Amino acid sequence: MTRALTLLRRRLVGSIFVLLIVVIGSFLLLEAAPGDAVDAYIVATGGDPGMIELLRHRWGLDQSELTRLANYLWALLHLDLGQSVAFSRPIREIILERLPTTLILMGSATALSFGLGSALGIYAGARPGSFRDRSLSIGSLALYAVPGFWLGLVLIVVFAVDLRWLPIGGIETIASAKTGLARAADIATHLVLPVSALGFIYLALYLRIMRAGMAEAWRQDFVLAARARGLRRRRIVLAHVARNALLPLVTMLGLQSAQMLGGSVVIESVFAVPGLGRLAQEAVAGRDTPLLLGIILVSAVLVIVINLLVDLAYAFLDPRVGASEAGA
Amino acid sequence: MSRLWRFFRTPEAIAGALILALLVAMAVAAPLIFPGDPQAIAGPALLPPFQDWSLPLGTDRLGRDVTAELFHGARTSLAVGLAAAAAALFIGAVVGTLAGFAGGLVDEVLMRVTDAFQTVPSFLLALAFVSIVGPSLGVVVGAIALGAWTGPARVARAEVLSIRERDYVAGARVIGMYPLEIAFREVLPNALPPVLALSSVIVAAAILTEAALSFLGLGDPNRVTWGGMIAEGRAVLRTAPFLSIVPGIALVLTVLGVYLAGEGVVESSAVRRSLS
Repeated sequence: MTRALTLLRRRLVGSIFVLLIVVIGSFLLLEAAPGDAVDAYIVATGGDPGMIELLRHRWGLDQSELTRLANYLWALLHLDLGQSVAFSRPIREIILERLPTTLILMGSATALSFGLGSALGIYAGARPGSFRDRSLSIGSLALYAVPGFWLGLVLIVVFAVDLRWLPIGGIETIASAKTGLARAADIATHLVLPVSALGFIYLALYLRIMRAGMAEAWRQDFVLAARARGLRRRRIVLAHVARNALLPLVTMLGLQSAQMLGGSVVIESVFAVPGLGRLAQEAVAGRDTPLLLGIILVSAVLVIVINLLVDLAYAFLDPRVGASEAGA
Repeated sequence: MSRLWRFFRTPEAIAGALILALLVAMAVAAPLIFPGDPQAIAGPALLPPFQDWSLPLGTDRLGRDVTAELFHGARTSLAVGLAAAAAALFIGAVVGTLAGFAGGLVDEVLMRVTDAFQTVPSFLLALAFVSIVGPSLGVVVGAIALGAWTGPARVARAEVLSIRERDYVAGARVIGMYPLEIAFREVLPNALPPVLALSSVIVAAAILTEAALSFLGLGDPNRVTWGGMIAEGRAVLRTAPFLSIVPGIALVLTVLGVYLAGEGVVESSAVRRSLS
C-alpha cells in the first residue's frame, strides 16, 4: 500500500508541473487569438463601443501580460474557466454538462477495443507465424489505417440508412419522455455505432501489442519450464504467455486516452453526439477560443487522472513497480 | 542491392511499395492528366460512377469531376503527410538531443514540456492551432507537427543518453569541440536510425490527422483534400454514398501502404542486424 502511495505522490508532483505548462501554453494561444474577451462581449451583446475602455480596465485586460497570466491562473485555481462567447454562459457549466456523455462514449469504446483486441491478440499470438496470426496481423493493420470518421459514415450508410437497424445519430430519441431503463436502452442503441467507430480503430492497436508481447513471451525460459512440466497448451497460452503479455496493454490504456479524446471529436461530430468533442467543434465553428482552451485544459486534467489510475492499477498488477522508490 | 532485395522479400512490403508508387504517380500526374482547377464544374451534378467514361468516378453535388479531385487530393495528402512528419522528426530529434546531451535542468524542463504536449490530445491541439491561426497548408502542417514530435523526442533522448558516454564523444571533448557542436555533429547523426524508424507511423498519423481536420472544415480552402471530399459527400450520404466512400478508400489504401512499406523497411534492417 505504501508502495502505491509513494508512486501516487511522485506522479502528482510531476503532474502539477505538466499542468502548469499546459495552462501557460493555452494562455499564450489565447493571447495569440485575434480579439479579446471585451470584443467578444461587445459583439455578443451588441453593447456600446464607448464601454470598451471601461470594460478592459474593469476586467484587467489593460494590465501587463504577466499580471494577466497571474489573473488567469488565479481564476483557474477557483475552477473558473471564464465565459463562453458563443453560448454566453460560464464555460465550466457547459463542459460539465457535456463531459458525462464523452466519458460514457470513451469508456465503452475502450472496453470494446481492449476486450476484443486482447482476445483476438491472444488468439493470434497462441500460434505465432500461423495462417490465422498472419491474416489477423494484416487485418488489424488495415483496420488501423481506417480514419475513424469515415468508418462512422460507412457504418451509418450500412446500419442506419440501408438496414435501418440503428439510429443515425444523436444520444437519445428527442422528446420521447422515456425514463429509467427504457431511457438507458434508448441511449445504448444510439451509442452502438459511435462506440463501434471509435473502438474498432483502437482494437487493432491492442491486438498488435498483445500479439507482439506474446511472440516475445514464447521465447522466455518460464514458458520452456511450463512445457517441460507437461502443462496443457491451453494453460500455457492463457496462464503463462498471455498473462505476461498483458502488462504493456495496461500501459497503453493510459497512453491511448489522449488519442481517444482527440478521436472522439470527429466521431461525436459525425454522429451528432452532444459530448465534449462536439463541443470542441462547436467552439471552432463559433470562433470561441476561451471555450476551446477550456476544453483542452479539462482534457489534459482528464488524461492526467486516467494515467494516474492506470499507474496505480499497474502497481497492483506488477509488484516490481515502485518497490525501489518505497524502499528509498 | 541486397538491402533492396531483402526489402522485397515479404509480400506485404511489395504491396506497400506498389501502393506508394501508385500514389506518387497520381500526385505527380495530377496536373498533367487533369490540368486546370479540379474544383471547377465538369458535368451534371451527382453523376454516379462508371456511367460516363470521360468522368469515370462520376461527379459530386456541384458537378465537379471526382476523379480529378481524387488525383489532386493525393497531392495534398502526400505533401502534408511528408512535410508534417519531416517537421515532427526534426523538432523531436533536436529537442531529444538537447535534453539527453545537456542533462540536468535543461533535460528536466524539456521533458516536462514533452509530457505536457503528450497530455493534451494532439488532435484538439491541432484543432485549436488551426482555428486560431487560420487554415492554410503551412498552418495545417505546423499544427500536425506540434502534436507529433513528442515520440521522436523521447526516442532520440534515450538514444543520446547511451551515446554520450561513448569514447568518441569523450575524444571530441578532449580536442576542444564545443558541446553544441558535439551534440549536433557527433551525437545526433548516430542517434537518428531509431528515430527515423518511427517515420512511417508518423507519416500515416499525419495523413489521417490532415484528413480529419479537412473533414471538420479546417483544411486549406483552396486545395482539394480527401477529408474535404468526404465531408462534401456527407450532405448526400443517403442518395450518393459513393461520394464519401471513394475518397475514404483512397485514404485507407494510402495509410495502409505507408504502414506496410514501413514494416518492410524495419524488417529488412532487423534481418540485417540479426545476420551481422
